[in-house]
Amino acid sequence: MKRLHLERLANPQLLALVAVLLINWLLFPNFFRITWQDGRLFGSVIDVLNRGAPVAILAIGMTAVIATKGVDLSVGAIMAVCGAVAATMVVAGYPTPVAVIAALAVGLACGLWNGFLVAVLDIQPIVATLVLMVAGRGIAQLITEGYIVTFNDPALIFIGTGSFLGFPMAAVIALVLMLLVTLLVRRTAIGLFIQAIGVNRAAASLAGIHSRMLLVLVYALSGFCAAIAGIIVAADIRGADANNSGLWLELDAILAVVIGGTSLLGGKFSIPLAVVGALIIQAMNTGILVSGFPPEFNLIVKAGMIILILMLQSPLVGTVMGFFKRDTRQAAPK
Amino acid sequence: MKRSLRPLAATAVIFLIAYALSVAQFPGMLSTRVLGNFLTDNAFLGIAAVGMTFVIISGGIDLSVGAVIGFTGVLVAVLISWLGFHPLAAFAIALGVAALFGAAMGVTIHYLQVPSFIVTLAGMFLARGGASVITQDSVPINHDFYSAISDLIIRLPGGGRLSFIGLLMVAVFLFGALLAHRTRFGSYVYALGGNPVSASLMGVPVARTTIQIYMLSSTLAALAGIVFSLYTSAGYPLAAVGVELDAISAVVIGGTLLTGGYGFVLGTFVGVMLLGLVQTYIIFDGTLSSWWTKIVIGVLLFLFIVLQRVIFAASAPREEQPEKV
Repeated sequence: MKRLHLERLANPQLLALVAVLLINWLLFPNFFRITWQDGRLFGSVIDVLNRGAPVAILAIGMTAVIATKGVDLSVGAIMAVCGAVAATMVVAGYPTPVAVIAALAVGLACGLWNGFLVAVLDIQPIVATLVLMVAGRGIAQLITEGYIVTFNDPALIFIGTGSFLGFPMAAVIALVLMLLVTLLVRRTAIGLFIQAIGVNRAAASLAGIHSRMLLVLVYALSGFCAAIAGIIVAADIRGADANNSGLWLELDAILAVVIGGTSLLGGKFSIPLAVVGALIIQAMNTGILVSGFPPEFNLIVKAGMIILILMLQSPLVGTVMGFFKRDTRQAAPK
Repeated sequence: MKRSLRPLAATAVIFLIAYALSVAQFPGMLSTRVLGNFLTDNAFLGIAAVGMTFVIISGGIDLSVGAVIGFTGVLVAVLISWLGFHPLAAFAIALGVAALFGAAMGVTIHYLQVPSFIVTLAGMFLARGGASVITQDSVPINHDFYSAISDLIIRLPGGGRLSFIGLLMVAVFLFGALLAHRTRFGSYVYALGGNPVSASLMGVPVARTTIQIYMLSSTLAALAGIVFSLYTSAGYPLAAVGVELDAISAVVIGGTLLTGGYGFVLGTFVGVMLLGLVQTYIIFDGTLSSWWTKIVIGVLLFLFIVLQRVIFAASAPREEQPEKV
């Protein structure tokens, strides 16, 4: 799969991102204007990076889960739980690092629980993660006792709204996480193992892969990513909102992963492209907002985009297109 | 007892035990009034859950249910209150629109060969977005027909009331049970959920059945939306957010396997009643906060999933797992 670098840049996801940004620019001429103010960059594009970070972070974990032919519906609820943990601990007077580490640990524990259900009890991923999706928000409300816990801890707020070299902290965290996880799966054999499980779990196990262990780790990664996203979202609004933090973000994350070309049937995945997918979604959101359309159109545009992607990815269209351009790559075998 | 009925029996027994425990604590819960309200308050959820049962038995999932309920409510309210349609005409239009919507999802799922999960996710965005584009506000419905239907109640001894929508839900469940177990369509649905490849080899019309399943689910969701609008006398674009999760929970608790091919419509009824019981108990208790509902439903889901695994592992010895290395 060694291809030219230029050809790699011209993949549909990046082209789509460029197209969405250009449409935004046509609708709102100041879209690309970036200013430097108070030691940080400002502008709509920076806003896309900043606002897209939570979904991008979720998409990193979700990509790995979907590559194993699973899905993690609980990430939004885990975000709420972890945001609640971080906020209540800071308010209770614990030092910020302790609160953040505790929140990350809770996210990891939630992920391990999902992994336990999927890998050890052999429960279908949708159902297994549905348990925490339903119960998670209740747990988060239990932690915050039904209130929106607000805090003023500068270190915690920095995670959500601070800046690093002028770039928003959230985007920097997402980028670092993406690089780390991509290196982990692409420079070691883990990525290959994940793909093997996604294609055929029984065969992968027979080939000597500890599929149970690996599945647990993949869901743990997803929970960990959700914890980071939850802390960022809580820090951004300086409060933990158990009801609305991360609401429906699991669907956005799945959408981002699908846009990134990862197959929902497992076996084929790309973490950087999933992050690009998250940015495409956010660029559309921001575009609809800055160009003055009512935000209700957001959902319809999203639906239209899913349908378009499904058409492009479907085997039916693939065969038709393959019929017309035989000279390009051979149709991917099933 | 037939082995395949065990999960259904387990759910029913657990419901009875839970109800008995609740009654032991709050004797007031054993009244026809509470039982009547069980039916009325969960009518829209129950109707939507019948459609979801069929989808899940066929091996799919329908995430658009809640959004279709919201959309139907808004559509009906706008047709009646703004455009002066008669409610029955508005209902017919809403059911027709939903049937087309479901058919479109079924066509996409079958012909583009994409997981139902992602198609119905798009459907959810589309329906919810469509409802929000029509109106952002809650549209009240003041029509004689609505008050006439609200007055249609059967009084039971002990102060209980069987409302029209509660009875409608029971009727839909009976219809669903007949459809699942006594018709050709029903056996097609089970065959499809068991194994789509062998189903199509056996001559099951896979395309037609898939489309019909999603049509059924969306139409019943629209009926649930109509019931919801009768219940609240209004249409609101953000109504019934997350009802699809409650419906899926009810179906799973009712003993239907999410892998497809196995399940009961009447089990879903018990599932819906169990969810209703949890809510009623928390209201009766008064000191428990509303978020306990979610936690308890999550715990119930977990228990039933594990229970299903245990029952299936015990009753149908599966082939050796290759992973126990």
